[in-house]
Amino acid sequence: MSDVVEKTLTALPSLLSLDSQPGSAKLSSSSKLGNLIRGITELTSKHEEEKLIQRELLLIKEQVSSPNTTMRQMKELMVRAIYCEMLGYGVSFSYIHAIKLAQQGNVLEKRVGYLAVSLFLNEGHELLLLLVNTVLKDLQSTNLIEVCMALTVVSQMFPKDMIPAILPLVEEKLNHPKEIIRRKAVLALYKFYLIAPNQVQHIHNKFRKALCDKDPGVMSASLHIYLQLIQENPEGYKDLAPSFVTILKQVVAGKLPMDFNYHSVPAPWLQIHLLRILSLLGKSDQSTSEIMYEILDESLRRAEMNHNITYAILYECVKCVYTIHPKSDLLEKAAKCIGNFVLSPKINLKYLGLKALTYVVQQDPKLALQHQMTIIECLDHPDLIIKRETLELLFRITNEQNVTVIVEKMLDFLQINKDDHTTIDLVGKVAELAEKYAPDNEWFIETMNTVFSVGGDLLQPDIPNSFLKLLSEGFDSVEEDKKLRLFAVNSYVSLLEGGPSKLPQRFLQVICWVLGEFSHLREDLEPDVVLRMLAKLLDMKSSSSETKCWVLMAMTKLCSGGAALALVQDVSETYSSSLDTMLRQRAQELQILSQDSKLQAKVLPRSASMEPVEVDSSLSFLDGFVSEALAAGAAPYKPPHQRQEELSRSKALNMEPYGLSLPIGMSSCSVTDRQSPTLLSISSGLSGDSADFSHKGSSAALKLDGVKRLWGRDGYLAKKEAAEEAPQVEAASPVRSPSQRGDTDGSVSQTPTPECDQEKQQLASSLFVGLATQSSVCLMGKSEPTSQRFRRKPKASGGSEPMSNPLASPSDGADNVLPQNLLDSSDLDVSSPEQTHGLPQDPDTPNGSCTAEEESADPMAEPSAHEDLDRSRDSCLSSHLPAELSALSHSEITSLCSNQSLDVSACHVQREDSVVLVVFVSNRSDFCLQQMRLQVQSEELEVSCASDCPSEELKSHSVAVCQYLLTVQRPSVHFDLSATVSWQLPAGSPQTAPFSYKLPLTGFIRALRLSTEEYGAMWLAYSHDTKLNLTLMDDDQDPLAATLHVLKRKLQLHVVEIIGVEAIVACCLQQDQPCLMHCRVHAGMLAVWLRSPVPDLPDCLLYHCQRALQEP
Amino acid sequence: MMRFMLLFSRQGRLRLQKWFTAISEREKKKIIREMTTMVLARPPRTCNFLRWKDLKIVYKRYASLYFCLGVEDEENELLALEIIHRYVELLDKYFGNVCELDIIFNFEKAYFILDEFLMGGEIQETSKQIVNRAIESSDMLQEDDHSEWYDVELFG
Repeated sequence: MSDVVEKTLTALPSLLSLDSQPGSAKLSSSSKLGNLIRGITELTSKHEEEKLIQRELLLIKEQVSSPNTTMRQMKELMVRAIYCEMLGYGVSFSYIHAIKLAQQGNVLEKRVGYLAVSLFLNEGHELLLLLVNTVLKDLQSTNLIEVCMALTVVSQMFPKDMIPAILPLVEEKLNHPKEIIRRKAVLALYKFYLIAPNQVQHIHNKFRKALCDKDPGVMSASLHIYLQLIQENPEGYKDLAPSFVTILKQVVAGKLPMDFNYHSVPAPWLQIHLLRILSLLGKSDQSTSEIMYEILDESLRRAEMNHNITYAILYECVKCVYTIHPKSDLLEKAAKCIGNFVLSPKINLKYLGLKALTYVVQQDPKLALQHQMTIIECLDHPDLIIKRETLELLFRITNEQNVTVIVEKMLDFLQINKDDHTTIDLVGKVAELAEKYAPDNEWFIETMNTVFSVGGDLLQPDIPNSFLKLLSEGFDSVEEDKKLRLFAVNSYVSLLEGGPSKLPQRFLQVICWVLGEFSHLREDLEPDVVLRMLAKLLDMKSSSSETKCWVLMAMTKLCSGGAALALVQDVSETYSSSLDTMLRQRAQELQILSQDSKLQAKVLPRSASMEPVEVDSSLSFLDGFVSEALAAGAAPYKPPHQRQEELSRSKALNMEPYGLSLPIGMSSCSVTDRQSPTLLSISSGLSGDSADFSHKGSSAALKLDGVKRLWGRDGYLAKKEAAEEAPQVEAASPVRSPSQRGDTDGSVSQTPTPECDQEKQQLASSLFVGLATQSSVCLMGKSEPTSQRFRRKPKASGGSEPMSNPLASPSDGADNVLPQNLLDSSDLDVSSPEQTHGLPQDPDTPNGSCTAEEESADPMAEPSAHEDLDRSRDSCLSSHLPAELSALSHSEITSLCSNQSLDVSACHVQREDSVVLVVFVSNRSDFCLQQMRLQVQSEELEVSCASDCPSEELKSHSVAVCQYLLTVQRPSVHFDLSATVSWQLPAGSPQTAPFSYKLPLTGFIRALRLSTEEYGAMWLAYSHDTKLNLTLMDDDQDPLAATLHVLKRKLQLHVVEIIGVEAIVACCLQQDQPCLMHCRVHAGMLAVWLRSPVPDLPDCLLYHCQRALQEP
Repeated sequence: MMRFMLLFSRQGRLRLQKWFTAISEREKKKIIREMTTMVLARPPRTCNFLRWKDLKIVYKRYASLYFCLGVEDEENELLALEIIHRYVELLDKYFGNVCELDIIFNFEKAYFILDEFLMGGEIQETSKQIVNRAIESSDMLQEDDHSEWYDVELFG
């Protein structure tokens, strides 16, 4: 009795409270929900809350299942259930009632019903099938609100299999007279497209109709679909580009109704969508890009208002400009925009600026230089997120010279970072950089140690794998390999001595493998000592059974007799009764092999991890056993997938007890043979690769990994390969001497903030070394062969072939950065006008190829010099060339230094046996210059004066010509000459001006005429060599001959003989420094092998070969 | 595309959750937990963007309430921030000077507004007037009210 009364009473307020005041729906304080919420807020402990909610849920449960509950009450109950669910309590009992409410309620109740359904259930829930009929009914309703609700719920979650049931109805809605319905229908179809693209294939033309809808809302809704479609197939929608451009033009011009404005910016969401679509369409497509230049320019110009939303548009604009076929003035504007972002005091904009920079530095590393001081400030930013983004940016500009600083910064960050995802990502990046650019063994091993300890067991599995692969495969030099391995062994031994209990499992596994494989390299280390160390790992509580497997494997490799046999026996006995089958197997192996050293030597040959082991994957040697077993009545073997299939077909409960399952974990499986980490199994190469790839894909915020360099300021670069090939080139670049480093960087960092403190300057110089024009300078520095250590190795890939094709291997962001500096700095430097005519003028002569860099490297170059002015100077100065040289080809005469009183220009002339540098000093003043002296020097070249300036006096408006004989002392890709000129005006103090000149190696290369026999004899005698795959020239007839012809013409190489697909080529650096080249056409590439008695010469020459083949 | 939107208080209490893709209950709970701890731990005057797995997290605090939006990687962070802001504007217009209590006690209304504003993880309608008209006209519908009048109000 009292129960009934209470129920009625509690139901009363909800009956009375009609939430019928739209817009002013203030607290319905008397409602039950209100009471519940207030009740909860008054509670102090989680426990009390739980009690209260459980009580509430019981009440709700009772009421919803009561047949007397009206739909109106049900609606109120649902709201309360939603609330309880939001607090984290299960309300599954109410799911079915939510569906019922959506089915049976009036519009208001239905709305709550649908809401509850969409909050409670997701796409896969089986109860959703019960909703299909309701949705069908509502889609056909005459009440527009019901139709709207149905479309909303359909786009929220709808069972995939049931889409065909409602698809015709939703399609029909595309023609509905009300735009709100059309808009929702378009979005519902978009959702269908996302979850089941095949289902909506046939209505693509209807999407076009939606795109042309007269209502802008419907049109912009259709863009979601188009963005998706174009992402998947940009080629198929090129014809729409003009339409998208027109729409964007209208939007930008403010032709849309005011409704679409957001903070007085016209339809920003629509604009951004269109920009994104345009960048997809314009990517590597010049003609399509051209139609959007105007509107992009307009967008960049219009978006001036200082509001987040305009910045959002600008950001998208910048990305678009840098994605499509480039146009120089747009790029300039976009770069300026990025500057505004980066320099903004608003932290959100700074963040976005960093992102934008990260996106563009791969194409234009100079932008990073411009903002280096800001980047350094961001590196010390208190906000970790900003710091993190900065590291991301630095990751993209890493090269040999700044790798230690950047990796140090990353490791510093890892120390304070607490987020696992970031740790995994960053650790992967450090490992990648270390592998690619490590300056020496010690650094590499130590960095990898940190990676393993910090990354712990979260580490991507491919990192230890590729690390071990690197160790086991080695590089070009056997000696270096040994040193590296030995260093690793030493490092690990001391780690194990120090206390291995804190090391992560993965790291321990790596240590075990390395010690098992290479500890014999250290002669003073007895295997027994190592065995004892390893045995200690087995006793550690923290060691997982997987690690123990690795330990046992390592022991198996080490236990060839000796005093520790007792220990080994002990261990193997302990574990041969282990519950873990893998562990048991390892123990058995250890036991057997430790007693039979002959067998051990055969099964696990020392230092043979490089050689592939033949695996009989069909296990044919077991055939006899199998047929015997079959004859004896055994059931034939069924592969697991077949068993699965049969099992699922029978669908009945499996009453039989489960058989013994063999846990074949990949890692433990892999240890069975010596190749374990490197040649995991037949499938490991593939899986390793894909893991690597996916890891990279997820790591970058902007998915830039695949982004190729497509453009320069000059225009589109057809030869995209340039960027990918160049890491090999960089191998030739020696590290700069510290003094030089200081000099050049000092001048660079002065530009942004001259009064920056010393420390930051130093950091800047170490971080931004090797970027843009600076990279060409640093090539001149001291050569340090160790800097090339890990580079020649192709990035860990499935194949064990040491010379994998560098073009085919996926190059990632960091790979792309350097090459651009090296190969394309000329493209970046169009700002100095001389180059534009300097490059195309005589691309064929070796001299001409480097003039562009001469200019950019020279800070004194007059920026205002004009093309025609140069031309006239060129012709006028060339008349001053000495008679014996004027007949020979000379490089373009470049202005090196210019001031009020004099101009210095220079060129180099190739003689048969030498190279002559000719310097022209012209007096511009009206006075006679006195005590005029020139000093020229270089680190790699020997400079001797062929004919000095005729006199120390230079008359007004006359020209003095000095000649210097240049001889190569140490090969380099480019040679840098630094020089000073000093003079004195009649009434004045002495003055000096520095200038520099730069010339490529090619100037010194001469053909070497040899016979094949001579070649053969020389080939064997030379020790310095380099291998690389180059691209072949396009030629249907004979690509090899065509390629050789180009090399011959541009680099003056002598082709000794062509034998089928192979060719031998020879050249020399002046008289006595030969370089031999062996070419072979292989898999569409030209595999080149260079040898020379001169260190670095093969690398440097290879660089020029690459360049010669890339230039048109 | 947006993946989810969460509203929670300074104490980490969830006020509203919207998931645009199918996610299991367990995963939802995990995300909610991680988001609240991550966002609430952010010191003042730091940027409004975070990274979480492969998603970008954009959050903003309005009075005592945090709005947190999980968007896919290619999305524009600033734009996401403006999505949040527009949603707040919509709530403000509907409730009239909206406060956390409005959203607590009328969370279903907040959901309805969100459904008119976003659909299937994308922006559906950015106009304040249109969204509000749609909400208000369905609010005013009564049981036996199927009259054309509301259609006019809603779609006019």
